[in-house]
Amino acid sequence: MMHLPVHLMITLSPMLLVGCVALLLGWTVIGLAGLLRPRSVVLAGRVLFPLGALLGFALAVLAGASLLGGGIERLVLPVGLPGLPAHLRLDPLSSVFLVLLGAVSGGISLFAGGYFRAGEGAAPGLLCLQYHLFLASMGLVLLADDAYSFLVAWEAMALSSYFLVTTQHRLAEIRRAGFLYLLMAHVGAICLLLAFGVLQGGSGLFTFAAMRAAHLSAGWAAAAFLLALLGFGAKAGLVPLHVWLPEAHPAAPSPVSALMSGVMLKTAVYGVLRVGLDLLGHPVWWWGLAPLTLGLLTIVYGALFAAVQTDMKRLLAYSSVENIGIAFTGVGLTMVFAGSGMPAVAALALLATLYHCLNHSFMKSLLFLGTGAVLHATGERNLGRLGGLIHRMPWVAWLTLIGTLAIAGLPPLNGFVSEWLLLQSFLFADGLPHALVNLLIPMGAALVALGAALAGYVMVKFYGIIFLGQPREASLVHAHDCGWLERIGLLWLALGCVLLGLFPLQVIGALGAVTTQLVGTVVPQASPHWWLLAPVPGRPVSYGPVVFLTATLAVVLMTALIVRLTYRQRVRRVPAWDCGFGTLTARMQDTAEGFGQPIRHIFQPFFEIERELPAPADRTPRYRIAIAERIWKLLYEPLARAVERLANTAARVQQGRISTYLLYSFATLLVLLAVAMAS
Amino acid sequence: MTHLTLGQQLLDSCAALLLLLSFAMLSQRRVVTLVNLYAMQGAVLTAATLLLAWRTGEGHLYLSAALTLGLKVALLPWLLHRLIRRLGVYWDTEPLLNVSGTMLVGLVIVVFSFALAQPITLLASTATRSAVGIAVSVVLLAFLMMITRRKAMSQVVGFLSMENGVFFGAMSASYGMPMVVELGVALDVLVGVLVLGVFFFQIRERFESLDLHHLEALKEHE
Repeated sequence: MMHLPVHLMITLSPMLLVGCVALLLGWTVIGLAGLLRPRSVVLAGRVLFPLGALLGFALAVLAGASLLGGGIERLVLPVGLPGLPAHLRLDPLSSVFLVLLGAVSGGISLFAGGYFRAGEGAAPGLLCLQYHLFLASMGLVLLADDAYSFLVAWEAMALSSYFLVTTQHRLAEIRRAGFLYLLMAHVGAICLLLAFGVLQGGSGLFTFAAMRAAHLSAGWAAAAFLLALLGFGAKAGLVPLHVWLPEAHPAAPSPVSALMSGVMLKTAVYGVLRVGLDLLGHPVWWWGLAPLTLGLLTIVYGALFAAVQTDMKRLLAYSSVENIGIAFTGVGLTMVFAGSGMPAVAALALLATLYHCLNHSFMKSLLFLGTGAVLHATGERNLGRLGGLIHRMPWVAWLTLIGTLAIAGLPPLNGFVSEWLLLQSFLFADGLPHALVNLLIPMGAALVALGAALAGYVMVKFYGIIFLGQPREASLVHAHDCGWLERIGLLWLALGCVLLGLFPLQVIGALGAVTTQLVGTVVPQASPHWWLLAPVPGRPVSYGPVVFLTATLAVVLMTALIVRLTYRQRVRRVPAWDCGFGTLTARMQDTAEGFGQPIRHIFQPFFEIERELPAPADRTPRYRIAIAERIWKLLYEPLARAVERLANTAARVQQGRISTYLLYSFATLLVLLAVAMAS
Repeated sequence: MTHLTLGQQLLDSCAALLLLLSFAMLSQRRVVTLVNLYAMQGAVLTAATLLLAWRTGEGHLYLSAALTLGLKVALLPWLLHRLIRRLGVYWDTEPLLNVSGTMLVGLVIVVFSFALAQPITLLASTATRSAVGIAVSVVLLAFLMMITRRKAMSQVVGFLSMENGVFFGAMSASYGMPMVVELGVALDVLVGVLVLGVFFFQIRERFESLDLHHLEALKEHE
């Protein structure tokens, strides 16, 4: 069911779409070119990856033009199944995610050009192929307009990223992480397959256009949506399907982690929006409760686990889980409001979702790349062996700081805008015509706020322990800053965080086409000023990031000036006060474990903690703590045991005796003959 | 009761003989005799083919008869006898189901086959009224033999006998398969026996016996 307003015209010449497809093909060609000299770091790193970045930026520009134009372009390619050629479509929803893909992957590709080196796992040329195929398949996922192309692209995305995750496949631990990822990806893909099977509604037509036109009964439509939510949730890392994220992200090379966390997870959000709001037409309001509840759970869960991690990439992975929770909360709210006949608020929630996806892409990629640079410089992922890197790696440290502040949700950076918009949309829940729900939903706002606060806590820990203080290991003195390509990549992503934060009005204007397409209206702008964001007419809420930045800068400058004027003495450097202890070493700084201790203590029931404390008389004291997720014991292990039992039962068929096997065929033959006789 | 011509009566006799030979094979434990019975089955099949060729005047059936004679009466039994001598397997061990039990199951199968063939029989030409039922019986009885035997050698004979049943069925229902198919099947059978011969030597070398229960150890363990 399509509810497009009249002004969303369908353009006849798909110029932009053809351009996008050409760019995706370009990525494939670049990937294949990597195989010409697979061992050459110069070819892959200095030529192909930057070239791929250029294509990414071009894609962002093309998709951006399509988004501003607000039109829909269609294309049917003469490839695919007989009777079902590949249908492609470029509409505002896919455009906004294509902009995200192009712009963010551009930064990551630049960084990757300087990052991949010889001798680390797979050959650079091979990585180049897998990396660009990954990009192209993500692009195709966003453009696909029939279930077959969508699923083929979806699986290509899963497979290419699997090979990227297992780049260092000689380590058993990494192969294990890769397997877990592949397993979850397939569970998700099966759900999607079933969802599309339901969506075609018995028509046997698998184009999205046919699915929009199909009239499903209420039960089947709900089943299709829930299946799609499960399928996309497994890819996005929605609790309890998130278990692969904290394993796969540390295993993957950093640019790959950045790409997966920054872009691939967003394709899942895209998928849910596509199915829930576009293919199914008008959502029923209570469908939205599922993503809303799971999203809220995911926010708190992810933030809590991020707070107690000691591996910097695991920490970021859990932070991604939290942010995906925010996006799904937004999706849930959108559907609840849209289904309850409140399109204006639904548009606000949708806007917050899309905005958060964009923001998270930029900031999480930036952070993952920052950890990559640290990892290359020090060889350490463990927070307990880092520290004081801001002196050795100023570029990485300062650019990462921008990402850290942004993801902590501090104004005037981008993270604040989307969380603020989401909280605003929560406040409209009292207008919902459903008793109880309109009381419970505002409590979700409290959970979002808790998540945001915890995220701030996590980021202080992340940044403080890696970059601030004193180096905890002597070897950190030799850490070096990253190369120029890597710097450009980081700079671009940091710039994205700043611009998205400073100019929300312009971004919201550009996203208007999407909200029009999906919920039929745009978010109004109640303020006449270009610098003041006031999305809620009639309520005194507004936010002016530029004003905020100017004021902050003014205060800082004034303070510096006043200090300068009143305190004329030179700066003295003295040893830190040691409380009379005697010798202070860098090991005495607060550790990641120590920083997470209060959270661990307060939320103890959430964690499965295994701790070894040294005895008081121990000569070589060792303290060890392992924090696992209860979900493994509560959900996954019983599930695995059940599957194994079932498999063993089925294995009884295999006797090893030829007579038995012959008897099987004999019995089958007899039964078939009897059936043939009866009919 | 319609009056049957001499040719039809002869053909029915051939069919009955085939069925009888199948039962004989089912009860026979000496491997050498089993091969001889197979050769006799081949001979009866040749006779039936010749009869049909004479009655219908289809030229290619003569060729088919010659092929059957050469392959199933001469070449394959000779190959099998040579294998038996070389491998020294003259007896099969006690079958999984005793002989009288097997015969009873065989009877049930024959009844089932005739019931199955009835609609086809009504459609078929007068030449081959009972033949289809018997062909199906021969196939199923051979299958039953494969199930109940322990030695690989007897199973090969069962497999070959099954092919006889298929051949007889095709011949009686539609005056033989196209020549190309028939040649292909003949070649398949020949190659199959040769390959299995090599396979037997390998099995014996590995397990020092041709008893198939040794192969049970090959299944995947938990």
